[in-house]
Amino acid sequence: MTSITMNRIKNKKASDLIFDAFVFGLCIIIFFVIAYPLYFIVIASVSDPTLVSTGKVFLFPQGFSFFGYEEIFKDARIWIGYRNTLFYAVVGTFINLLFTLPAAYVLSRQEFRARRFLMFFFVFTMFFNGGLIPTYLLMKDLSLIDTPWVFIFNPLTVNVFNLIITRTFFESNIPNEMYEAATIDGCSHFKFFSKIVLPLSKAVISVIGLYYLVWHWNDFFTGLIYIRNYDLQPLQIVLRDILLSNQVFAEGAGSGGTGGGYAQRYADQIKYGVIIVSSLPILILYPFIQKYFEKGVLIGSVKG
Amino acid sequence: MAVSEMNSSLSEQKSKSTYKKPNIFNTFKRDHQLWIMILPAIICVIIFNYIPMYGIQLAFREYDFTAGLTGGEWVGLQYFEQFIKSHMFTDLIRNTLVISITTIVVGFPAPIILALLVNQIRWKRGKRILQTTVYLPHFISIVVLVGLLNVLLSPNTGLIGLLIAKMGFEGTNLLASTTAFVPVYVLSDIWQHVGWNSIIYLAALSSVDPQLYDAAKIDGANRWQIIRNVEIPAIIPTIIILLILNMGTVISTGFEKIFLMQNSLNLPISEVIETYVYKIGIISNQFSYAAAIGLFNTLINFTLLVIVNSIAKRVAKISLW
Repeated sequence: MTSITMNRIKNKKASDLIFDAFVFGLCIIIFFVIAYPLYFIVIASVSDPTLVSTGKVFLFPQGFSFFGYEEIFKDARIWIGYRNTLFYAVVGTFINLLFTLPAAYVLSRQEFRARRFLMFFFVFTMFFNGGLIPTYLLMKDLSLIDTPWVFIFNPLTVNVFNLIITRTFFESNIPNEMYEAATIDGCSHFKFFSKIVLPLSKAVISVIGLYYLVWHWNDFFTGLIYIRNYDLQPLQIVLRDILLSNQVFAEGAGSGGTGGGYAQRYADQIKYGVIIVSSLPILILYPFIQKYFEKGVLIGSVKG
Repeated sequence: MAVSEMNSSLSEQKSKSTYKKPNIFNTFKRDHQLWIMILPAIICVIIFNYIPMYGIQLAFREYDFTAGLTGGEWVGLQYFEQFIKSHMFTDLIRNTLVISITTIVVGFPAPIILALLVNQIRWKRGKRILQTTVYLPHFISIVVLVGLLNVLLSPNTGLIGLLIAKMGFEGTNLLASTTAFVPVYVLSDIWQHVGWNSIIYLAALSSVDPQLYDAAKIDGANRWQIIRNVEIPAIIPTIIILLILNMGTVISTGFEKIFLMQNSLNLPISEVIETYVYKIGIISNQFSYAAAIGLFNTLINFTLLVIVNSIAKRVAKISLW
């Protein structure tokens, strides 16, 4: 009897061991499939372009060359794009928060009678929209086209997903007793919100602030549709021209010319470098803010 | 019973006479500060989200420069007929459906599998490293992602391009092929978002009642049986809600990436409704025609959402509304 149970435990352990080994192996593969392309870009950007293009660079950088980075630092387009995007992202995120946070507070107030209706009013826009052309013509009617304002005021100024995250956070972290105590002391909603709710909500403010910031940083659509003036173009449009339209060299001598494979090699190295330079702010911040990003999803998932 | 009923109806009458049930209008004075705080968001959403919806009527009208957003003369279904009769119609609808359905069928289960895998890892530090890494690609911009694909898949100089050439498929250009477009699109999408999308399932898995695990262990379940009989049933509601949400948005999310991955060689497969609307409307200024084509996208979107929602309602009693 005891030997049978002993056997069963042993068997179970063996099967679990195989299972563990299988899980471990799969996780290692997933890790490398996702991490390696990113790592490769980094080493390719500092390696000798000829070695990269013949597949010699694999694990470590070979024959250091900073040609790509040197070209990038000379290229005015990238810095104009950088400056524009920085401006749009900072001002845009500020406006996003200015609109989203008070609205989320109001929607979290149980005694506010219109909250169910207004919630529907906001959520409806997640599933139904006017489409590209009516939105474009609206921007045209408002004369926002070819102005920096279009990056700040657009259909995503109040992002409903972020609104829901913030509202859920307020609902579960600001107890109603706190408001009642504050009103007894003569505190208004304005005062309660700015003096008590905001200081207690640094976690959620950083989460949605970062969501908005990353969205502005990566926003390509707005520049593509609404901006014709090259001096106003955000970084992502400049990146498109360099990475995809192959307008690598600022002087306009792309790789399509007589240079052929030789020029393409150097063009590719510039591309690797541009990928790094343009993603740098996010890559540097990422390790520190990763847990905040994750938190946002977790808060949001409490109430779909 | 009767007495208590009478009592309650009495007290109701009483309260009605002295105290009005709060509604939007009689609480307005009390809540006016709340209204002021939410007003900027409401105005913003009305202007930038609801006015374009009102502007959908442009699809049924002649575009008129002086009339602006809402269009000029009423032409009814003329532009819809023009689109249905045009040679692009079947291609566009087919491409749009193929890309979005493949994205859902292949891409949707991936984060669920990843979450189940990550959840099995006992080694805390390793788990942390894996999670940090797989979330990272989510924050790369679409332009950079497509740029990455271009340099890596390039047939003569790219890492993956060279690998494919070594495997004996000399001269295949994954970027300019009609057969490779959908796989490249979907797989790179999974690569970028699988980690991030798994977070929500991991959260659902972490809230599984520990007693269920204990009960399964006492019954002699092995790890695989625990996954199948404890963990998957626990995350089914999350899976269904996310499936419905994804159905509603999948068609409208791909525009930028598809647009950037397009070239003249893969165009027969990569031209979808949204990219065509961009070309007809923004580039060629045929606003009414483009609005009519765009409306097809909205309709397909909404139909898919309603269908999946009603299936979920019937089968699993879970629904968005």
